[in-house]
Amino acid sequence: MKRRMHINRREFLQVLGAGGAGLTLGVFRLAPAQTQEGSGVFKPNEFLSIDPDGTVTIWVARSELGQGARTAVPMMVAEELDADWEKIRIMPALAHPSKYGSMQTGGSTTVRRGWEPLRKAGATAREMLITAAAQTWGVERATCRTENGIVYHIPSGRTLTYGELAGAAAALPVPAEVKLKDAKDYKIIGKQKARLDTPDKLSGKALFGFDFMLPGLAVAAIAHPPVLGGTVKSWDGSATKQLKGVKEIVQVPHGIAVIADSVWAALQGRDQLKVEWHKGENANLDSAAIEQYFLEKSREQGALVRTEGDAAAALSAAAKHITAQYHVPFISHSPMEPMNCVADVQSDRVEIWAPTQNPQWVQRMAAEVTGLALEKVFVNTTLSGGGFGRRLMVDYAEEAVDLSMRLKAPVKVIWSREDDLQHGYFRPGSYHALEGAVDDQHRITAWKHRIVAPSISAQLFPGQERRGNPDLVDGAAQVPYRLGIIAIDYVMANTALPVTWLRSVYNSANAFVNESFLDELAHAAGRDPLALRLELLPAESRLRGALQLAAEKAGWGEALPRGRGRGIACHACFGSYAAHVAEVTVTPEGRLSVNRVVCAIDCGQAVHPEGVRQQMEGAVVFSLSGAMREAITLQNGSVVQQNFDTYDLLRIHETPAIEVYIVDSTLAPGGVGEPGVPPVAPALCNAICAATGIRVRRLPLSANDLAWS
Amino acid sequence: MPTYTLFVNQKKQLVEVEADTPLLWVLRETLGLTGTKYGCGQGLCGSCTVLLDGEAVRACTLSVEDAADKQITTIEGITAEKEHPLLQAWLEEEVSQCGYCQPGQILSAAALLNAKPHPTDQEIDDAMSGVLCRCGTYPRIRKAIHRAAQRKGGGR
Repeated sequence: MKRRMHINRREFLQVLGAGGAGLTLGVFRLAPAQTQEGSGVFKPNEFLSIDPDGTVTIWVARSELGQGARTAVPMMVAEELDADWEKIRIMPALAHPSKYGSMQTGGSTTVRRGWEPLRKAGATAREMLITAAAQTWGVERATCRTENGIVYHIPSGRTLTYGELAGAAAALPVPAEVKLKDAKDYKIIGKQKARLDTPDKLSGKALFGFDFMLPGLAVAAIAHPPVLGGTVKSWDGSATKQLKGVKEIVQVPHGIAVIADSVWAALQGRDQLKVEWHKGENANLDSAAIEQYFLEKSREQGALVRTEGDAAAALSAAAKHITAQYHVPFISHSPMEPMNCVADVQSDRVEIWAPTQNPQWVQRMAAEVTGLALEKVFVNTTLSGGGFGRRLMVDYAEEAVDLSMRLKAPVKVIWSREDDLQHGYFRPGSYHALEGAVDDQHRITAWKHRIVAPSISAQLFPGQERRGNPDLVDGAAQVPYRLGIIAIDYVMANTALPVTWLRSVYNSANAFVNESFLDELAHAAGRDPLALRLELLPAESRLRGALQLAAEKAGWGEALPRGRGRGIACHACFGSYAAHVAEVTVTPEGRLSVNRVVCAIDCGQAVHPEGVRQQMEGAVVFSLSGAMREAITLQNGSVVQQNFDTYDLLRIHETPAIEVYIVDSTLAPGGVGEPGVPPVAPALCNAICAATGIRVRRLPLSANDLAWS
Repeated sequence: MPTYTLFVNQKKQLVEVEADTPLLWVLRETLGLTGTKYGCGQGLCGSCTVLLDGEAVRACTLSVEDAADKQITTIEGITAEKEHPLLQAWLEEEVSQCGYCQPGQILSAAALLNAKPHPTDQEIDDAMSGVLCRCGTYPRIRKAIHRAAQRKGGGR
């Protein structure tokens, strides 16, 4: 059974569709906020307010998933406000369809899409505070300056704090245009700031969705169909009903819900439930069949996305004609906090508390499900224990809204780890056929890539196909090298396995393939992989700087004994440019240790450099984990993996030393959450090839024998 | 239903729950101590790690019966100790990202430092490999444990 999407593709594309370059976004305008007359609170726009005691409240409209939104967002506002950082307080914004612009935390957009409006919000308030001070003193504005939450009258040395000026500033008109600072004058942006969310996270006080409670709140665990697309045939809840704490059993659109007075009782009750399922049309689907399907699709006529020159002629004339096939598995986001949502549907309003990356979509979903107007739906975004794209989907929130409507009471739907792995949405698997030509002058003379993969967009928004190239070529079509003759095409191969955006989306698979195959061609041409990349990249490419920085810091070119090796890879996406060098040891028996990963990123102006380093380190661990051992597989229509025993993630003892270097830049910020992911797997596999001569063309690595002699 | 005596963060608590109820849910749902997290329910991810008589245990697979009459320490107990060296080190190294697994990481680190005040990298890896972090904070966890060990030892 397909779930409804409650949003159309076009709305999504605005943020997520194009994987980086060339997004078309409406210009977001700051709307003056409503301030209460005479309250003494200054609220010049929706992003900030200043209380008479000087407290600066900043509304953060993007979700905190661990990526530091609740620190980077206030940094941008506070910089232009010249605020006292110690007086900053953040408030997660309630979902609103328009006043904050997009609230989706996806596509690495929090900083780069907030860069203009958030700085303008701060600068606007600062302008008004200066005007208020100048009027109070009867002096020219130009004789005033601001610093650390205080307006100074330079000639007389008089001062007024922002708190003291709040009431007067609130009465002033909001200026239409403001001037933003030069990067050289930054005091907060680009500087070291402690994350604002850390203290509560270390004390256990931080409230994640899973921790959120209301008095008398019922908890629901839902038995979902084990086979994809299955439905309930019959059920017997007699054993469940005898359990203490179980209140009710309710059939819901996607299974049977056990309602209890605690999480433990709900989970136990679900275990005792006997459900007969209609297996539906996917009862015989398994991973081997999907791989076979991809192979068959690969023989169809591909749709061209990029062509330069005559690839067929170049390949047949080549001194060396290299062919390779790559396999990329479906993988799971597996954030540490499983899905959950609290919904309280009343006759005239709905309130929701959800760890979501997509509060506006939750709001729209709840309005559609309940028939209430959008403004009657209040969505509170809690902290998320990771997200990685999974929480862009609103399936689990829809379950809570639907159930609260049925029960006429507030309810918290919780997913177990098994639910998360078995009933999730996954990074699409894919198959890639490549051909390359090398001439007798050690030059690459042709590049051909056929991508066979499911389209996320086609599955989520059927009938609303993107004009031009589909999502599944993102990161493959944009191969950054001057290869002369290029032919890139695709065959869309949709399957029943639910797919969605996972950290860097198609870039993770396509960069793995691009950067591995380029390495293959470098070997075939007898060229150094770094030198070849630098030769093939255009002079203006920002990947060059990242590559050179990573290579220099990693000691690229220094000799290593057999069984040890370095690999390099780079990729541009979401407005940033990343390069990694991985260094590995492989024993003759095939035991792999990743010793070190050196990362360089050109993300333009790094707003919160420590946050950038955290994201890059996290990206390395996340994608090493994926490359080394993660795969979601299907058997008889069911996901085989159930918990972390069969879907194990990278652990501390397997984690290499990670070094991060940020290219110095004052260009507008690029994304940071995702761009560190794509180059990791190819850098790792290129290092394995350098160490052993074994070329990995099938992920995860655990599917490969790395023994060498 | 049977009644059990729990000593949680040095406070005596009487709880009336079924004998096989995992300590995790007693802490979270009976006592309202939500700092201890659910991640897998099978003792595989370590998000629910607490100390039982000073040793790291997985609260999701430990029955309340087996935890009774023993000293239990949760993240709320660590926090109650002013300027706990682990919390200071975690702050200074900016370890946390999403933060969900960090209580389990910190409790595991506490057990390690109880047993080995100055652990090597290898000992850290051995002691901490049971606690998953999807955000990838492992390199900072290593640094923070070394830092806490130095602090405990008088800033050597």
